[in-house]
Amino acid sequence: MKRIYSCLVENRSGVLAKVAGLFWRRCFNIDSLTVGETEDKAISNMVIVSSGDERTLEQIEKQLNKKLDIIKVKTFDESEGISQELVLVKIRYNRDNRKDIMENCQIMGARIVDLSKSMMTIKMCDTPERVQMFLDTLKSIRIVELARTGTLAVTKIKEQSDEK
Amino acid sequence: MRLKGATILIEELLRQGVDTVFGYPGGAVLDIYDELYKYSDRIDHVITAHEQGACHAADGYARASGKTGVVIATSGPGATNLVTGIANANLDSVPLVAITGNVSVNALGRDSFQEVDIVGITQPIVKHNFMVRHVQELEQTIKEAFLIANSGRKGPVLIDIPKNVQTDTCEYGIAVVPRMPDKPKLPYVKDKVLEAIRNSTKPFIYCGGGVIAASAEQEVLELSHRLDAPVGLSMMGRTALPDSYDYNLGMCGMHGEYAASKAQSECDLMLAIGVRFSDRATGDLNEYTKKCTVIHIDIDKAEFGKNVDPDFCLQGDVKAILQDLLKDLKGVRHPEWREEITEFKKTKTPDRPGEFCPKNIIEAVRRHMQDSTVVATDVGQHQMWTVQYYDFEQPRTLLTSGGLGTMGYGLGAAIGGCIGSGRKRTVLFTSEGSFGMNLNELCTVVSQDLPITIVVLDNNVLGMVRQWQGIFYEGRYSQTTLNRKTDFAALANAFGAKGYSVATLEELEKVLTETDTGDKGAYLIDCHINQDEKVLPMIPPGKSIKNIILKG
Repeated sequence: MKRIYSCLVENRSGVLAKVAGLFWRRCFNIDSLTVGETEDKAISNMVIVSSGDERTLEQIEKQLNKKLDIIKVKTFDESEGISQELVLVKIRYNRDNRKDIMENCQIMGARIVDLSKSMMTIKMCDTPERVQMFLDTLKSIRIVELARTGTLAVTKIKEQSDEK
Repeated sequence: MRLKGATILIEELLRQGVDTVFGYPGGAVLDIYDELYKYSDRIDHVITAHEQGACHAADGYARASGKTGVVIATSGPGATNLVTGIANANLDSVPLVAITGNVSVNALGRDSFQEVDIVGITQPIVKHNFMVRHVQELEQTIKEAFLIANSGRKGPVLIDIPKNVQTDTCEYGIAVVPRMPDKPKLPYVKDKVLEAIRNSTKPFIYCGGGVIAASAEQEVLELSHRLDAPVGLSMMGRTALPDSYDYNLGMCGMHGEYAASKAQSECDLMLAIGVRFSDRATGDLNEYTKKCTVIHIDIDKAEFGKNVDPDFCLQGDVKAILQDLLKDLKGVRHPEWREEITEFKKTKTPDRPGEFCPKNIIEAVRRHMQDSTVVATDVGQHQMWTVQYYDFEQPRTLLTSGGLGTMGYGLGAAIGGCIGSGRKRTVLFTSEGSFGMNLNELCTVVSQDLPITIVVLDNNVLGMVRQWQGIFYEGRYSQTTLNRKTDFAALANAFGAKGYSVATLEELEKVLTETDTGDKGAYLIDCHINQDEKVLPMIPPGKSIKNIILKG
């Protein structure tokens, strides 16, 4: 099972280490982790995707809540959130596969952001599943370099919710 | 008022009600020690032989007094020497504030002399820690540290203060009073809980260290009376109820009383109060709660379902929750359950009158002590024997390393416990293995003129490990037969205490009478016991009451 933990944390040095250390010490998985500032400079948003059994996923939330640098933890399944991931992939192409690649890019909504005679860099920003789907289409091609941001997520908007 | 950082630290310690600190000076805390010198009429500093001893002393002080213990160490090795003591306090939820010096901020990260990242090192073993990079943050940080250490589930907090922060100046008295953040609590339906309690015909109360931390001893006793429920204790819960109470069955778990573990396995309802279900206490988790409904009461939400899945989770201050439940609980009787318990109680390790064995030694020592006497232990067989055989009547009279199992904890803890209980006669039960680890603190006992009686249950071997080797490793006693030639009595004399060596109950009685000198005098009594003495009963690790070993 997968779960997303969206944490508001104090924007202080060492907080990332504390959170990472917690996952290490309690034997929890980190599938992906992203950190960035929020609209309030004193607060960062940390989105952690983790997987495990129900007990583990519940413990993660409780243990995160115990950390005093963590202000608030929101937990949700992938279906309850809007998740996006950005990927930059640099590939080597040739005359034979160039057209296929471009077609795939078009179908999947990916953009070519850098190009030379033999190489191109493609950018794609979409749900983690679609990003993976797109990367799978590139399997037969030589990938030179790949960078992924990991999942960013917020909960879906629910009217009449008590969100501030 | 403009003050330098080191002065702010001491002023703020005073405001937090600290009158005693333990520690060891060094280069990176010179300014703090200079202030301690100036404030010596208002704050006592106890210098130990080693920072680990100081940390255990602060821990023992906190356990005995209920106040927050404070330890100060210098940067680098001073700080790393605290690590075991901090981990020990963390696993037993002891309120402790550890203050370390560090190199100046501009020297950080350059591998300067005696620089270590103690905040990084202690990360997984503290409740929280801070590095103070600006003197302006110091006052607020100390306030927060004390609040964090002594609220909710208590624990150790470390503050790392670089040297320049100690010498820089800023305004003092401007920080705001911090509050712990409000995090959502688990809701529970009180009526359902009451119904489960009322439906029970075999209720059992399992009481842990959280009861002592919350000062809820009276409430647990009242609950036991009201529900006609026997009480079993975790090791950390020992002393929560007096041993003279007939429904206090003693400790549960690996080396617990047969009756306590048996009642726990036979009950239909377990009220687990302030416990964290350690593996040493539960054994086989599949067997553990097979027959009963579990109501878990604890302040720490993360304890629910960590090891045992409870049917009801009651989160919050244990004392308040019990008071609330008691309002709606009437007195009931369970005579059949009581008969069963009486039957369980008959299974006991046999008495051995006249023999120089651990039980008789501990009971002899007890006869010379008060109900209020603080007892510290080290870790191993002697620890289990003390917990099993010593008759505890008052809360906070047992200082023992529960979660971490720190050999070498005892002497430091006894020092802190003695000071924390008003320098009254204090007993340390130890063994030659554990005592060997931190016996250097004998110098602290003597120089502080502390009335501590050290009883060494000396069997010449590392008894607990040896016992396991005997049972689980076909008697291959690898590295556990010490055969050291140390003369502990002479050693005590060399340190300036008074040492005795005894091998019979008559000799012991004579020494106990001679050393019964009230709150004066430091003594060591080396008791030579048989190396094959075992801790029984024993539930082998990962097993259940079905596999209990009663005879050696």
